[in-house]
Amino acid sequence: MTANLQGSLNLTGSQPDRHIYQMDNDKHEIALYTKDLQVSYGNNVALKNADLSFERFKITSLIGASGSGKSTFLRSLNRMNDDVATVDGQIMYRGLDINSHDIDVYEMRKHIGMVFQRPNPFAKSISDNITFALKQHGLHDKAKLAEIVETSLKQAALWDEVKDDLKKSALSLSGGQQQRLVIARAIAMKPDILLLDEPASALDPISSAKIEDTLMELKKHYTIIIVTHNMQQASRISDYTAFFHTGEVVEYDLTRKIFTRPKVQLTIDYVNGNFG
Amino acid sequence: MLNPKQSDKLASIMLYSIAGFVILVLAALVGYILVQGVPHLSWHFLTSPSSAFTAGGGIGVQLFNSFYLLIITMIISFPIALGAGIYLHEYANQKNQFIRLTRTAIEILSSLPSVVVGLFGFLLFVVQFKLGFSILSGAIALTFFNLPLLTRSVEDSLRSIPDLQREAGAALGLSRWETVGHIILPAAVPSIVTGVVLSAGRVFGEAAALIYTAGQSAPALDFGDWNPFNTASPLNIMRPAETLAVHIWKVNSEGIMPDAAAVSAGASAVLIIAVLLFNFLARFLSSVLYKHLTATK
Repeated sequence: MTANLQGSLNLTGSQPDRHIYQMDNDKHEIALYTKDLQVSYGNNVALKNADLSFERFKITSLIGASGSGKSTFLRSLNRMNDDVATVDGQIMYRGLDINSHDIDVYEMRKHIGMVFQRPNPFAKSISDNITFALKQHGLHDKAKLAEIVETSLKQAALWDEVKDDLKKSALSLSGGQQQRLVIARAIAMKPDILLLDEPASALDPISSAKIEDTLMELKKHYTIIIVTHNMQQASRISDYTAFFHTGEVVEYDLTRKIFTRPKVQLTIDYVNGNFG
Repeated sequence: MLNPKQSDKLASIMLYSIAGFVILVLAALVGYILVQGVPHLSWHFLTSPSSAFTAGGGIGVQLFNSFYLLIITMIISFPIALGAGIYLHEYANQKNQFIRLTRTAIEILSSLPSVVVGLFGFLLFVVQFKLGFSILSGAIALTFFNLPLLTRSVEDSLRSIPDLQREAGAALGLSRWETVGHIILPAAVPSIVTGVVLSAGRVFGEAAALIYTAGQSAPALDFGDWNPFNTASPLNIMRPAETLAVHIWKVNSEGIMPDAAAVSAGASAVLIIAVLLFNFLARFLSSVLYKHLTATK
């Protein structure tokens, strides 16, 4: 991939305090971008001036310490923060500002799906977990539903483990299986964009590796934005990485640049683990 | 000073003895009532109407009245409590002053003495609204203190379902109503049913609030007549209906039949057994319902 540096804030010698990679819209298809996004809980500003663009069919990692605003940012993208925080600024998706008041958030969330840190399957059977929302949205064709169950479970790399007991309760699955079921449930909606909030942090390394493989496979069809605390994970799977610190995006660039030649001292410290 | 191991042991012993004491009191109470009452039980006692002056009266009508009043009370109070509980926990802005006021009001309502509720019900429903001594008056009075208990338990049941489930629903583009109706409520069914059972037990045993609302007389019922508009029909909700608990109170305070003590002991045993049966039945039903709603086998 050719690096595009024309928008870098600072191209001259000394350490800049911010570096945001500006995507060139002609070369990269942008799935979603934010403009001046600011999130506050009461008087406490958790995120300020976030301008990030996300390329289509790529994985973008959001990294940073706890409280850096990365999860807040992610949850704002599909309006999950509406009840708890004030979100100002624009989130542009297909030419629409989805942060505006007149957006039908329920419809929007069908396009922008989300997977959470802790697996949260419904207390229903494995197949009902996947079909429930589809049925609520008006799909009742049994053959079609069965087909979606199969394809989404296959995409989430869970099919082989559960294909014989789809009627079993989802709660009987292991944590790693539950998380893949939840991913299957999210992609059954055929979203454009999949947001993942530390999806592997509650899992053991083997389950975690399976989730990573799943994501690599999924990026052929979906734009993925993932919050992670795991630096190796970010460097293994993502194409772009954004580093958040105290509510600001400090550096955003191609993942290999963030991990090999970061431009900002804070990023260097963070990715090297020298964080105070 | 005790070392941690010893203090742990001491604490365990104390907690076990306290729990043991509670169980002992319950067992003694239930045991005494059953031992006193069960010998008087017979099919005749359970099915025949009571008699005011002669020995050999039963509690058939009172037993039916108790169950029927309980059902009518639940039909009135459960939908209101369910709606209120869902609103308070899932929809209401928790910081709103009005909501806080509502919560306080519910708590005050639940601490009202039942005899006060009974007299209030007498003045308002029996006299003012001209409902007379009737099952309907009694059911409305019972709804008064059943509501806070039920609302609270519905709210607590909903609170016990993790927010992760609500987020899961929202992230799939489901409306709050769909999420609550199809995901949160089914998962909360066992604990909602437990709440219903607890309040049902209380309603079943209530006497003070019913004396002046459902009345103290149990006119004979014609169990062959199921038209709710006929006076003698068991289903008529406008007829006076002495319940089992009221009957026990009445027999003890002013009963002049020769076998008053036996009737009272037998009726008490039936009351206890009915509450226990109701408990087990409800637990069984809730587990069946939970499995059915959530496909967990």
